[in-house]
Amino acid sequence: MIKTFVFGILLGLAVAVGALYALPPVDQHRESSIISVAPNGGNTEIFHVEVPTDRILVGGSQHAAVPADVMWPEDEILAGVSTELYKLRNAQDAVVGIAARTAAAEENSAVLDWVVHLPARGSLYVSMDSTVAEQGYRIGEIQTGSREFASLSGVVSERWIADTSGESDAPDGRIELAATYVSNQEPVE
Amino acid sequence: MKYALSLVLGLLVGVCVALVGALYNPLVQKQTLSPLTVTDARTMTLSFSAAAEESIGYTNNGESNTAPYPAKIQQLWEQSIRQSYATATVMRDGRQRVAGIGIKISSASEDTRLLSGQILANSIWYVYLPTQGSFFIEQTENYWHYLREVMIPAYRSGGDAWAGTWLGNMTFGPGALGTSRISGGHGMFEGREMLGVESVAVRTWRVEGGALSADGQLLIELPDVADAEAIQADEQT
Repeated sequence: MIKTFVFGILLGLAVAVGALYALPPVDQHRESSIISVAPNGGNTEIFHVEVPTDRILVGGSQHAAVPADVMWPEDEILAGVSTELYKLRNAQDAVVGIAARTAAAEENSAVLDWVVHLPARGSLYVSMDSTVAEQGYRIGEIQTGSREFASLSGVVSERWIADTSGESDAPDGRIELAATYVSNQEPVE
Repeated sequence: MKYALSLVLGLLVGVCVALVGALYNPLVQKQTLSPLTVTDARTMTLSFSAAAEESIGYTNNGESNTAPYPAKIQQLWEQSIRQSYATATVMRDGRQRVAGIGIKISSASEDTRLLSGQILANSIWYVYLPTQGSFFIEQTENYWHYLREVMIPAYRSGGDAWAGTWLGNMTFGPGALGTSRISGGHGMFEGREMLGVESVAVRTWRVEGGALSADGQLLIELPDVADAEAIQADEQT
């Protein structure tokens, strides 16, 4: 009986170590990446944010806080700064990540940055132009990315699309982010 | 029957021994010294409160130890983001003056390996300092020692709480020495690549509420501006 008990201990050790080694403790849910090829090179992926549905937080001295009880610091240095946190959706309307938009007015320019975090894929940091281009677009450059996006550069355009459906429960509109990725990697010879 | 019973008992003992052995594996060492504390380069320290209720806003899936703050903030319940949290917080300089805003978004990492003492999270920071500029931090964090030395003792204590002083470096990579990768955005950081380390000092942690008293710190190794300007001048000539 002692031999069986000792065998049980060894078997238990092996099972536990095998399970810890083989079973993934974290398995992030993945939505399919919906990517199309851009006409003049690169790949394009479109994300969007439904407003106000996807707003997590809005803070800033010149903005109405969301949720209403957010305490924005009253320090003078943050007077011209605002920050917004959103849930980010793909082209099929599924939530795929979290995005943050920070805007600030500086003496001679303005700062407008997006960070996009897709848990299963990686993150992007985009600096937008302070001026709005024709047709209401704002263009920004991908400054850097992590994991899946680490070897990519490119541009992201931001556009506000107001809802025109007229439905009573429709959102106010959406912020569309269209990312065009270009690989930085050298082609394999 | 008695043989089957002793086999099952042995199995249970074996599994327990393996789990305890993995948790208190002496080969998994805590990195107590940040590689940036011995750097010759200029550094910048930004501090922030790591307690959710002292942030501007904090949200997660609503089922974690730490409750979202403020209470009415949207929770991250969707499948693709439910293992994530996001927070916006005030960043303070070395003199504890408000220096700017920091946004951190973090998700559980699929590279987590319990056998080797790695409970990993992929995190990003976006930091905007109005008089200085903005930058983006990419890092992998390891919560193993935090779990082992703060959270498990809190669960084991009668009061479901832990109190003391725990100081640890959370940054585990992607830098080989356990440093994060920082990319400059605007202002004095524009176009610069830097290294950083995030550390946390926890004083009180409760099973219901998470870290109630905790401070975080970002230590950033700044590029030598004089050297960078000299290199730029060389390139132009």
